Amino acid sequence: MNTLWQLLALVNKEFLALLRDPRSRLVLIAPPIVQLLVFGYAATFDLNDVPVAVYNQDRGSLSRELLARIEGSPAFHIAYRVTHEEQLRPLIDQRKVTLVLAMDAQFSRDISQGRSAHLQALLDGRNSNSALIALSYLRNILIDFNQQQLQRQGGPTLPAALKVRAWYNENMASRWFIVPGIVGLLLLVVTLVVTALSIAREREEGTFDQLLVTPLHPWQILLGKSIPGLIIGLIEASFIILLAVLWFEVPLRGSIGALYLGILLFLLSAVGVGLMISAISVTQQQALLGAFLFLVPAVILSGFATPIANMPEVVQWLSYLDPLRYFLVIVRGVFLEGDGYALLLHQYWPMALIGIVSLLLAGWLARHRMY
Amino acid sequence: MDSMALRLQQVSRSFGDGNAATRALDGISLDIHSGEVTGLIGPDGAGKTTLMRLCATLLAPDQGSVEVLGIDALADPIAVQSRIGYMPQRFGLYEDLTVQENLDLYADLQGLAVARRVTRYRELMEMTGLSPFTGRLAGKLSGGMKQKLGLACALLREPELLLLDEATVGVDPVSRRELWQIVYRQVREYGMSVLLSTAYLDEAERCDRVALLHQGRLLGMDRPAAFSAPLDGDCYRLDIPNGVSARRLQRRLQEHPSIADALIEGETLRVVTWPGQAPTPDLLAPEFTALAFTPLAPRFEDAFIRLLRRPEEKPTQLPSLKQTGTPAAQDIVIRAEHLERRFGDFLAVKGISFAVRRGEIFGLLGANGAGKSTTFRMLCGLLPVSSGHVSVAGHDLRHAAASARQRLGYMAQRFSLYGNLTVQQNLRFFSASYGLRGARQRERIDWALQNFELRPFAGHKAIDLSLGYKQRLAFAAALMHEPEILFLDEPTSGVDPIARREFWARTNALAEAGITILVTTHFMEEANYCDKLVIMAEGDILAEGTPAQIKQQARSPQHPNPSMEDAFITLIEGHEVAA
Amino acid sequence: MSRRLADSRRRLRGMVRKEWLQIWRDPSSIAIAFVLPVILLFLFGYGVSLDAKDIRLGLVVEQMDSDSRNFAESFGRSDYFMPRYFSDIREAEQALTERRLDGIVWLRHDFSQRLLQPSPAAIAVRVNGVDANEARITAGYIQGVWFGWLEKYAREHGRELDTPVQLQQRVWFNSAVISRHYLVPGLIAIIMTLIGSLLTSMVIAREWERGTMEAMMATPLRIPEVLAGKLIPYFVLGMAGMLFTVVLAKGLFAVPLRGSFGALLLSGALFMLVALAMGLLISIIAKNQFVAGQIAIIVTFLPAFILSGFIFDIGSMPAPIQLITHLVPARYFVAILQTLFLAGDIWPVILPNLGAMALMLLVFMMIIRRKAHKRIA
Repeated sequence: MNTLWQLLALVNKEFLALLRDPRSRLVLIAPPIVQLLVFGYAATFDLNDVPVAVYNQDRGSLSRELLARIEGSPAFHIAYRVTHEEQLRPLIDQRKVTLVLAMDAQFSRDISQGRSAHLQALLDGRNSNSALIALSYLRNILIDFNQQQLQRQGGPTLPAALKVRAWYNENMASRWFIVPGIVGLLLLVVTLVVTALSIAREREEGTFDQLLVTPLHPWQILLGKSIPGLIIGLIEASFIILLAVLWFEVPLRGSIGALYLGILLFLLSAVGVGLMISAISVTQQQALLGAFLFLVPAVILSGFATPIANMPEVVQWLSYLDPLRYFLVIVRGVFLEGDGYALLLHQYWPMALIGIVSLLLAGWLARHRMY
Repeated sequence: MDSMALRLQQVSRSFGDGNAATRALDGISLDIHSGEVTGLIGPDGAGKTTLMRLCATLLAPDQGSVEVLGIDALADPIAVQSRIGYMPQRFGLYEDLTVQENLDLYADLQGLAVARRVTRYRELMEMTGLSPFTGRLAGKLSGGMKQKLGLACALLREPELLLLDEATVGVDPVSRRELWQIVYRQVREYGMSVLLSTAYLDEAERCDRVALLHQGRLLGMDRPAAFSAPLDGDCYRLDIPNGVSARRLQRRLQEHPSIADALIEGETLRVVTWPGQAPTPDLLAPEFTALAFTPLAPRFEDAFIRLLRRPEEKPTQLPSLKQTGTPAAQDIVIRAEHLERRFGDFLAVKGISFAVRRGEIFGLLGANGAGKSTTFRMLCGLLPVSSGHVSVAGHDLRHAAASARQRLGYMAQRFSLYGNLTVQQNLRFFSASYGLRGARQRERIDWALQNFELRPFAGHKAIDLSLGYKQRLAFAAALMHEPEILFLDEPTSGVDPIARREFWARTNALAEAGITILVTTHFMEEANYCDKLVIMAEGDILAEGTPAQIKQQARSPQHPNPSMEDAFITLIEGHEVAA
Repeated sequence: MSRRLADSRRRLRGMVRKEWLQIWRDPSSIAIAFVLPVILLFLFGYGVSLDAKDIRLGLVVEQMDSDSRNFAESFGRSDYFMPRYFSDIREAEQALTERRLDGIVWLRHDFSQRLLQPSPAAIAVRVNGVDANEARITAGYIQGVWFGWLEKYAREHGRELDTPVQLQQRVWFNSAVISRHYLVPGLIAIIMTLIGSLLTSMVIAREWERGTMEAMMATPLRIPEVLAGKLIPYFVLGMAGMLFTVVLAKGLFAVPLRGSFGALLLSGALFMLVALAMGLLISIIAKNQFVAGQIAIIVTFLPAFILSGFIFDIGSMPAPIQLITHLVPARYFVAILQTLFLAGDIWPVILPNLGAMALMLLVFMMIIRRKAHKRIA
């Protein structure tokens, strides 16, 4: 009973210390807003209005028809129509266009006479990902166009086009992928910074000694430092989830309970890692640097933006240590795939393990680094 | 010479804006004579540092004019800066640079001609005794050596005006004496003018003139003797009769309305009365018989205290405490045996042993870096011992159950409560962490607010309190759970003489109530408050015993009646000869 | 006059020498300049790849005959797929739900019969669309395999695959479409931002915190000397970090450098100055390391990461965010870097971007000159 009372006093003090300091208030409020806006809007692999230059020597109607389809797609925007081949190179070189389309004089005639006409596409590979995506958009437009031509000609056609169904994200919108991921990213940043700085700040300000000479148990101190991170994380996560659903209109299809169980375990692991960093560092600067050094690889190796499967095997092993890796699967699974507890079991236990091990380590380190 | 080195006219300077603005200096007019040493004295927050920075042109006044060496500081700061030397409170030595590299940097910055460097370096290094250490990193120097190096850097170009802001805080008496020898030599040889601020009133006494600052205003400026002259006939020495507790007697005297100050000095009390109040022994303390008052010549310190303490002010509220344990029970509460602590290959504490009895005030004295704080932290269980054994109330706190810590209170060297929590919240947190709650907790918080006069500030953020009040709050927080043993680490560091007196009054009262107190300090005169003390230097115990015993060790024909500071210097010098 | 110049030169030399010694003796500066680049290069070089490979593909062949087997096996020959066979679509779909598969190709029982029929093929494709980018790439690859196989099949059976329009594609500058080749040059901008802004701002804040600035400010040191004394050493450190990264990029990841080294050095130097100017400005505003570090991360590092075109295509961002990116100096440098490394010295790209950086530098310097003074408050 008494220990509970002491713990309560500790938690209360942590909250007061956190919320009364304008600097740490800033840390709690600015990152969520900035990250949500920046990632929600800026971080997308979908292409819009890719500038295109067209060099069309054909006078027939079919080339115009094809170009109209391309122009009609939200992905492309015909910025230049050139009349000489020499004009093309500078446009790409100077990044005025990402894609150049060229059609020769026989384009329409070839098609109407049943021969294959050629559409030449030149792409700027300086951003190779954009080039690939633009190409796949273009290919889809072309498949539709071809299908339509063949039907019009009424001849026998071969089933070249495949019907692809994308499960869970029928329109293949990047935002549906990125926005739930932000929940994980944000939770990690906020909890890590809050907890990583907490012991280091006390150490720097000398209050940690004052705390250590009180009859509080080390586990009480650690728990007292963990709980505020957990609570703040829960509140911010709920806020982002709400915005994701209401503002960014990402469907939330799975079990909320499964999602919050994931959040809780993820927070536990983030708090553990944060306290571990905090226990090692002597100054706030070191704690900040430590948090930074953990955050950058953790985000990159988590599959937040790029798939883990594409990484070399050694790096993939490394990513098993990254709690964000598991949480992203959970949050995306619940949001888009409609997952429940059973399917996520193999994501839950590694986070719990990371959380417990790091908390134990943090406790050990805090005791053995008292000077 | 009667030209002015420094002339301030109606200078005001505020910090912050709007309603929150605080006035650090309020219409100060001040002239500092060339070739003289002027002391800037005042309690914390009087505006001393602000004034120094104005003179160094690091701050611009809101109003008024600052003229340094005949140059308008506002119009041509660079011209001022090329002719002054400035040593801020923490002189900015680059700790990762060697002594020589620091000198080179400041020689470059001050434009000392290359041709003159060799001789000037040699001269300064000899004066400061740093010659053997020119290749050492500044961060690896002792506190006193760092200050001397800082002074050397400020003196490189023989400045016409030297500004020293609390240059001797935390420096051991030997280094302190050497520092002043260097400064006074510069004054003699180059006719340098010096403006210094200090918390040591004996340093103020040696100045040519003293400017007394209080709450941003100038209370007066004169020769030190002129300040103490009005006290002629109001200062007395009181020999403490055998069998009378000096602390009880001092407390009785301080509570009396006719007494301005009572200070323990060895086996005597120094008493200063309010003007025209002759002390009448039987009236003062009827229970003590046969008290003899011997008139004394007043010191600057006496004047300082009497000027800044107003008679209508109540004497310091003393904490009312229940008697814990009987002082008669002379059992040993704290014991250190062959205590040793290593940091890498550096031996910070070299196998020391001592014992503290119940109800004693036990002092650990020594300069910064002598190993006091390391010893202290080992006793509290904050730092593992490398070898040896400690026991506090029968426990080794490093391994004992958390509940063993319930019996001790701890006040750290720096202010170490939660700065952005209010006074009330801090008290509530610390009382709760010691398991107090409900009515008992409210009662103790109330007691703390009342006895430490913190009630008006209950809702203030702790960080915004003045240093003296911060110290009171930290003291109160350490007493919330009525500990039996109190650890006080440098409780008076950086605190002005008035707050120091209040602090010791409270500590004495606690000791009277039977609480065991272990205290560290680098103010040698505070040793007089201790029942027993050890003097530490370089991780070793130099001397151990009662204040009288230690002074006895230093008694010599030249010093028939040495002060604690003299004793310390003698002991250190003896130690160095032996080494 | 010349004496004043000599004094000034001496003060500057003293400042620079001091800063060098400090950098040299402080392992954390060296770590940020040389260890961090290596870590980031490894992470991005190996950890980040947008090119799909080893796609876990479920193949459901309901009627195994020569045609369906032949088609299914063509997935195994591709580098992109790791095919697994399922006999039942429900099993495969279960695997897709449990994230054991990335996509499914389902050949129905009448696959072979309907191959040369005009009706739609008896194939169904499902991909996990959660990662839209990945899903798009997967779908594209599947379509490519199908198309290639069908063409060959048609030819073998004396038929032509009717494709009115054939796409002939060429990707310039990065013909193998290796994402590492576009990510690694952009990384140089990130690393230089870290050295220039984060390290510099924290180092100056540290001087205020430790009190070394106050004693220094009381000497006849002039503001331009203070600024130059900080700029020069960190400029050299930053450029060394850049060269180090370039060497690693070429040596380790075989990223081509098609432009001239001189142009790289010139634009790197200009960007370094802009980054340093931001660092100085931050340190003037924030006089403690904690605040300086936070501001530096929020104002310089994150934008350099996300809003510079380093990973995400600026052209595809909403218009207001595109406007904001113009305030991010790294945007201009990333554009130069990607062009210099992969395309060559294309001055019409380089010059306007250099101009924008020069303008930013000028503005920053003017603000610094106005804000920096030798007073404490």
